[in-house]
Amino acid sequence: MHADEIRALVQGHQVHRDVYTSHAVYQAEMRHLFANAWIFVGHDSQTPNKGDYITTQIGDQPVIQVRHSDGNIHILHNRCPHKGTKIAIDRAGNTGKFFRCPYHAWSFKTNGCRLAIPLKKGYDGTGLENTPNYEGMAAVGAVEVYHGFVFARLAYNGISFEEFFGDSLSSIDNMVARAPEGRLKIAGPPLRYMHKCNWKMLVENQTDTCHPMVAHESSAGTAIDIFREMGEPEPRPAAMQIIAPFMSAYEFFESMGIRTWPNGHGHTGVNMSIHSDYDAIPGYYEALKQTHGERKAKAILDESRHNSVYFPNMMVKAPLQQLRNFIPLGPDKTLVESYVYRLAGAPDQLVAMSSMYNRMINAPTSIVGHDDLEMYERAQEGLQSNGLEWVNLQRLYETGEDFDVEAVENGTTERQMRNQFDAWVKFMTADMEEAA
Amino acid sequence: MIRDDIIDFIYSEARMLDEGRFTEWLALWMPDAHYWMPLGYNQADPINETSLLYEDHFMLRLRVERLNGERTFSQKPKSRCHHVIQRPFVDVFDVKAGIFQTNTAMHYIETRLDEQQLLALTAIHDLCCVDGKLRIAGKKVVLVNSDAAFGNIQLLP
Ligand SMILES: [Fe+2]
Repeated sequence: MHADEIRALVQGHQVHRDVYTSHAVYQAEMRHLFANAWIFVGHDSQTPNKGDYITTQIGDQPVIQVRHSDGNIHILHNRCPHKGTKIAIDRAGNTGKFFRCPYHAWSFKTNGCRLAIPLKKGYDGTGLENTPNYEGMAAVGAVEVYHGFVFARLAYNGISFEEFFGDSLSSIDNMVARAPEGRLKIAGPPLRYMHKCNWKMLVENQTDTCHPMVAHESSAGTAIDIFREMGEPEPRPAAMQIIAPFMSAYEFFESMGIRTWPNGHGHTGVNMSIHSDYDAIPGYYEALKQTHGERKAKAILDESRHNSVYFPNMMVKAPLQQLRNFIPLGPDKTLVESYVYRLAGAPDQLVAMSSMYNRMINAPTSIVGHDDLEMYERAQEGLQSNGLEWVNLQRLYETGEDFDVEAVENGTTERQMRNQFDAWVKFMTADMEEAA
Repeated sequence: MIRDDIIDFIYSEARMLDEGRFTEWLALWMPDAHYWMPLGYNQADPINETSLLYEDHFMLRLRVERLNGERTFSQKPKSRCHHVIQRPFVDVFDVKAGIFQTNTAMHYIETRLDEQQLLALTAIHDLCCVDGKLRIAGKKVVLVNSDAAFGNIQLLP
């Protein structure tokens, strides 16, 4: 596709349905957007020791995150330079000092560099050493580890990490500052939830504050009904802390506020959020106060950001140490991986709370998840309709919105969705030809 | 109480679920029991790591009442399920203490609209005896592919 075709799909207040349904658009996203933007890969605590690796995807590109012998993390294309065989397919493991392709035993250091090729004299005088295949496993364009979170840019040239994320990194900062020892550690494997819908629907839903009281009435509304019928016992059941706030009124979500940052990032819960009313966990505040002092500890916990979107396809829930990765598998197929992290130096009850939230909300077995997925899949099917070609994003829209400046607005605005599409056009077209 | 009583209980629980008698099924549960479905195949800790399910009585009741809700859109139309179970092993049979444990291999099918999925699993039931009737004191369901990516699993094995 060409840049003019991409621009024609986004009109600010609306987007053409092809952005969700078209194979050509999806392929262009994989070739351009997911190459030009910085994409979340994993957490460094998933590969703590030399030779530790995980396998994942950046867009449709299979990659390996590996801890090299010098202690640094490398992101390598998961493809043998010989015949293309994937070098590793287990989700996590340790490869020792080198990777060895199981097909013909070409081997590579854990930074990707060629180590050895068997029966090498067969290549004498063939010119193999003049090909890029000879170098080893290709590395991605750029890697950045930020407070343990590993991001990569596939493209060799492009926007820097700092410029791409800018002040949106403050949500990760807040999540990490909540650890009395200043770092996070992965707490078990992620939930893996398959969605038959476009990946952008999921990302947009992260700041869609007008759906919880409607789509989740069956879960949150029923929870409240049962609680009342039980005579509102104390302490309240865990579901009342976690699920019931989804039923909050429109006014509540309006006053939560939404902040948008340049390059498609943004978050709900500027002033407070549905995570503000959780029971205090004994000993935690004291531990945090030890690290930061009273004033700073309080400021860290007063921040109650709901969902922080890291464009294009990741979300962080700082108050719950959660991360959701929306991995595109096709125009109508998305794998959602939902991770929980442990705050180093904090009581166990925090990771217990995060794990509970994760299974109650983000699991394929979660009733709240069922509410959401039903809507996405109906939308994916409904968008096949030729009755209308455009999808509306007009709530609290203003003409001439400037997404290059940070903004804080009414918590029910769809500005963050518009912000994502503004960035979508920018990073789709950054390296595209103008017109045919 | 004889071993067949324990085995019959497991069969009749599966039948209740297959016939959609969820309110009756909920009444089998002890108020402090948990339904656990681990996420990791050898997961030992239900609390400090994510599970697929670790539900107390409130959550199980919420799940059951939600199924019948007017605005439960993911159950319009409703899902149906079907269990094929092997004869349960009775691994603990302590009539005196009123404690029993079974281990049951099952194939669980769930269907809605044109979709049907098959889950192979082992269910471990902790049972107790209250007023001469067997009740569920805990249930752990280990899916053979617990770490796979799933779409919705809306009913319960
Ligand atoms: Fe939702």
